[in-house]
Amino acid sequence: MVYLDNSATTQPDPEVIRVMSDVMRDIYGNPSSLHGLGGKAERLLKQARETVARILGVSPQSLVFTSGGTEANNTAIKGVAYQHRGRGRHLITTQVEHAAVYEVCRQLEKWGWEVTYLPVDQQGRVRPEDVAAALQEDTVLVSVMHVNNEMGTVQPIPEIGRLLQDYPKVLFHVDAVQSIGKLEVRPREWGVDLMSFSGHKFHGPKGVGCLYVREGVTLSPLLVGGGQEGGFRSGTQNMPGIVGFTKAAVLAEQRRAEAVPRMYRWKQEMIEAVTDRLQDVRINGDTSEKGGAPHILSLSFPGLKSEVIVHALEEKGVAVSSKSACSSKGEEPSRVLKAMGLDDETAVGSIRISTGADNRDEDIQRGIEALTAVIPRLQHVMKGGS
Amino acid sequence: MAIYLDHAATTPVHPEVKEAMLPYLEQQFGNPSSIHGFGREIRNAVDRARDQIAGALHAAPGQVIFTSGGTEADNLALIGVARALREQGKDHVVTTQIEHHAVLDTCEFLEEIGFRVTYVPVDATGLVSMNELRQAVDDRTALISVMYGNNEVGTLQPVEEIGAFAREQGILFHSDAVQAFGVEPLDVQRLPVDLLTISSHKINGPKGVGALYVDRDVPLRPLAHGGQQERRRRAGTENVPGIVGFGRAAQIAMGNREQYREHTSRCRQAMLEELESAGVTFTVNGHPERHLPHILNLSFPGADTEVMLMNLDLEGIACASGSACTSGTLELSHVLKAMHLPDEILRSAIRFSFGRGNTEEEVRQAAQTIAATVKRLTEQSK
Repeated sequence: MVYLDNSATTQPDPEVIRVMSDVMRDIYGNPSSLHGLGGKAERLLKQARETVARILGVSPQSLVFTSGGTEANNTAIKGVAYQHRGRGRHLITTQVEHAAVYEVCRQLEKWGWEVTYLPVDQQGRVRPEDVAAALQEDTVLVSVMHVNNEMGTVQPIPEIGRLLQDYPKVLFHVDAVQSIGKLEVRPREWGVDLMSFSGHKFHGPKGVGCLYVREGVTLSPLLVGGGQEGGFRSGTQNMPGIVGFTKAAVLAEQRRAEAVPRMYRWKQEMIEAVTDRLQDVRINGDTSEKGGAPHILSLSFPGLKSEVIVHALEEKGVAVSSKSACSSKGEEPSRVLKAMGLDDETAVGSIRISTGADNRDEDIQRGIEALTAVIPRLQHVMKGGS
Repeated sequence: MAIYLDHAATTPVHPEVKEAMLPYLEQQFGNPSSIHGFGREIRNAVDRARDQIAGALHAAPGQVIFTSGGTEADNLALIGVARALREQGKDHVVTTQIEHHAVLDTCEFLEEIGFRVTYVPVDATGLVSMNELRQAVDDRTALISVMYGNNEVGTLQPVEEIGAFAREQGILFHSDAVQAFGVEPLDVQRLPVDLLTISSHKINGPKGVGALYVDRDVPLRPLAHGGQQERRRRAGTENVPGIVGFGRAAQIAMGNREQYREHTSRCRQAMLEELESAGVTFTVNGHPERHLPHILNLSFPGADTEVMLMNLDLEGIACASGSACTSGTLELSHVLKAMHLPDEILRSAIRFSFGRGNTEEEVRQAAQTIAATVKRLTEQSK
């Protein structure tokens, strides 16, 4: 089976598994315990935090380990909304966020907050001037993702961060779950106050993520009771998970320079193959080298159903996804693609192909072969052929 | 080689648990929400683990919500129920003064968002006062939350009685059973509980995973939004290796529960015997009979807790002042304070907690070291 669904989750790197396995065997103490075994765990935790901090160019104290990207996003958005509710109850986000941001905003609306969902252009990109125009007296948070998980478009985070410098009371959160190992991530330089990461998206383990909270930013924690992680996130730290996250981040960063051109080349090869060899195909999002993430390719085949395509490709030994795994069971057309202006028919016929650091050239060739074999057959059936 | 007597803080991962987890880190890495084969196989693994946890509690699989640990499960239980029942005009929660911080701090948060919380006192053995608990409820009480067995002194609470009372009053009942799971018989068919918290790393499973049992018809609002996982009650990609490890750990723990009880009881007894025969002065904190078998909380009047811990650590004995979760601090235990123990008992309390890897032999050896340390410290201070 060829795995081309790396935006849903990735295969942990063997080195990641090895360090996790070692930690489980040797460093089982609770980092909050005062004895030597606890101290050993605490030192390891400190090292992990410092390592991730170095990669992101931030201070170790500004990193909060969580149980994943969803928890990081929930902590950031609900935490800021609640902490600063006395100052204002308005949030700004976009129509193309991951469910872990979008659904949180919807929930806050039910609790009495006002949320502006900014539109995006045809490539799925939000305009910084729209962010500026949406700012109100009572705006407390702007949340914009870095890389869109469904079509790969990169949002103008540094530009938004720059314009928000003039509004020091408005905090800026960025969901950067799809970024590590593919794009450079500089929260401090970009004027970002909060940034979410997830281990299993860059060949680390599931069940662990991280939230950058710029020093000085206050928020009401999602989980209380114990005061771990500087009080931002209570609960005994998932030590093997955190160490696995850290190892994966180090490897992703080391490999980025050589992995990105390769992923980008694969993306171009796939785009060329489908445009040359298939009919009625639409390529979604910004596919330029600067404007799109190298690992995500979104294709639409109007008239087909994405689930049918996914299963047909699976029969050919290729795993891709219909949209975000977090919402892949719904039958509705993707909210994100619709926000980019796709009609329902085109949106329901969309698939996402996403590559990882462990794919090889042959995987891409097999993916292309499977697509070019499956799609014409399905299109023929849909048009009433035999 | 250190003697680890801090199993109530965390336990080493069982080798078979680790073995069970590895395939889900290696080849079986898919996202359970994916519709292709990679996802479906993983979904099956999560379902098997859910069956294992449900089996350990005599619950139905659909009643088990996987979380990132006991803390999240406690937060979810209290905040989830409180938010849901606020819509029905309920604004009151009853708990005790000796809960784990995961419950107490959550109650403080509930107070911040407008709930009233009554913290019921306990007696000198750490047993909650049934009378005061009965008097604490009113017609706007949404939830009673009382832990099954205390993590610092081991006292077992009258959960059956509390649960029966809660049912009678039409109030939901949550119990934090993090320390009791794997040790006490937890049968939700028999126990009148509506929500129950358990944690993996206390039963030789991995850290970063826990579960909340939620009875059918219990209204619960999620803490984390953004994804349809766990029947929309807990968003986020499932920690598959963690969940698989937790399931396996629960299965092993259930198979060995009786032996484990006997084993830890013997270790506890051995510690007491050795300390007595060594002739040191100590008191046992907690209830003399109604206690978890693996927890032993002792005070050595005259030997300051912090100094003791440091000295024992140097001697290779890992134990604790109270809960590890009061994160690296050496505040006086809120549990012992609630038991109204004399100051010299409060200031010299140490928690020993036994587990799978301990031998009776090493516990006796540890006890002798402890006795010698106590003698040295108390003689010095004279």
